Amino acid sequence: MSLLHHTPSVAQRRRAAYRRRQTTRSVLIAAASTAVLGTLLVVAVTGAPGWERVRESFLDPAIARDALPDVLAGLWLNLRLLVCCAAGALLLGLLIALLRTLRGPVFFPVRALATGYTYTFRGLPLIIVLYLLTLGVPGLRLQGMPPVLVLGGLALVLTYGGYLAEVFRAGIESVHPSQLAAARSLGLTYRQTMRHVVLPQAVRRVAPPLLNDVVALQKDVGLVSLAGPIDAVRAAQIATAETFNYTPYIVAGVLFVLLAIPLIAVTDWVTLRSARRQSGG
Amino acid sequence: MALLTCRGLRKEFGDHVVLDDLDLTVDEHQVVALIGASGSGKSTLLRCVNLLEELDDGVIELDGEEISDPRVDPDRVRRRIGMVFQSYNLFPHLSVLQNITLAPTRVHRRARVEAEAQARELLDRVGLGAKADAYPDRLSGGQQQRVAIARALANSPRLMLLDEVTSALDPELVGEVLTMIRDLKADGMTMVLATHEMGFAREVADQVCFLDGGRVVEAGPPAQVLGDPTQPRTRQFLKRIIEAGRL
Repeated sequence: MSLLHHTPSVAQRRRAAYRRRQTTRSVLIAAASTAVLGTLLVVAVTGAPGWERVRESFLDPAIARDALPDVLAGLWLNLRLLVCCAAGALLLGLLIALLRTLRGPVFFPVRALATGYTYTFRGLPLIIVLYLLTLGVPGLRLQGMPPVLVLGGLALVLTYGGYLAEVFRAGIESVHPSQLAAARSLGLTYRQTMRHVVLPQAVRRVAPPLLNDVVALQKDVGLVSLAGPIDAVRAAQIATAETFNYTPYIVAGVLFVLLAIPLIAVTDWVTLRSARRQSGG
Repeated sequence: MALLTCRGLRKEFGDHVVLDDLDLTVDEHQVVALIGASGSGKSTLLRCVNLLEELDDGVIELDGEEISDPRVDPDRVRRRIGMVFQSYNLFPHLSVLQNITLAPTRVHRRARVEAEAQARELLDRVGLGAKADAYPDRLSGGQQQRVAIARALANSPRLMLLDEVTSALDPELVGEVLTMIRDLKADGMTMVLATHEMGFAREVADQVCFLDGGRVVEAGPPAQVLGDPTQPRTRQFLKRIIEAGRL
């Protein structure tokens, strides 16, 4: 609302009234078309041959209720694992990206190692890393072996660290050289320039793709069930084996989606904000 | 006494020779204006003096010390030189105040309170005291460039290098930046400025150098170089400037 006293002209009032009518019409049309399509979908699905069997083996409310406590308990494990793995992968990714930017002949081996790491772990299927670390490594019977859960988490951190390192590197390289020139001309060292000028801008710029990878990590955390720990997926598997009914998997799946919604919403919000900032100049 | 001496500077980018046996001497408290067409080597010369570009030949001395010696720490040299760029290059993620205090606190290890007091004083002096907590994208081009100059001054430099600092500005904003440079000259700051503002060069410079093909073709007092040039290439350049209505 403007604080200035301005009486709209007849033309403006006519325009405003027309726009209000148009808005009402659009809302009504959207509601009607949604209702029609929704009814059609429900009729088509429930009327399809075999719907009864589908409902029995995937959507049994009694089995869902019985499985829920165990699946939820398992999901708590997924959540804790996600927080640890996300933090670990972000730190590792940032470290690798920084190592790749080091200059000078002394750092050649470090650069080569960091580059080799990102190539290897982006190419290597997660499931192979997981099997090697959680099934292969304990088989060595070494002293002071960490529990399988930690090894599984390590597999996730190693794999996702490779992806996140590339995202960080893209961010670092997207900072314009004139920013480096300005920082160096003030007498800042290379390290100070990275720390105070390049990295803050780089991280802000790549926050959306970073969060997107964390969303992907959230799903893959369920893969540690392959190694034995009772997470949500494993709990659903056990319940399914007991009842010969797949409803527990649906329960676990719905819970995973619900868990992802806040993170996805945050990702969308951050993406929108950075897009606005860039177009705002 | 000469504060800055450049002898026989050479800089190549691929096959292109940007600086070709260039000599330049700047005395303390002197203002030297570099004029010449785009690509004549003005910006490259300033970047070489600030050690942002590696020389292909020649020697640069600052305060009698050879700074082009590869054993000299470039970070220590740059602390004594302030540089301002055509495109301002403020740090967009830092507020105006943080832009100015970054080097004093990180490079000179000054206390934050002290650095902020100095920054606010600098901002007050250039009439931007109210903008201390604003972010660069909220400022006009002229305001951003004045902040960039204040940021360079916060290092208390011996020498200021100004690289076409008004070229990216809307015409009505050029004046506020030029006023700031006039004040710097009155304070006795030694400056080398690359510029397309011939009228300003005439007014503020003690010496005008016309660059062409990476060499100083003609140098002298502004009245002589801009009013009565001896070299045909200088005359040709000034004729084009006059035809464009810029002098």
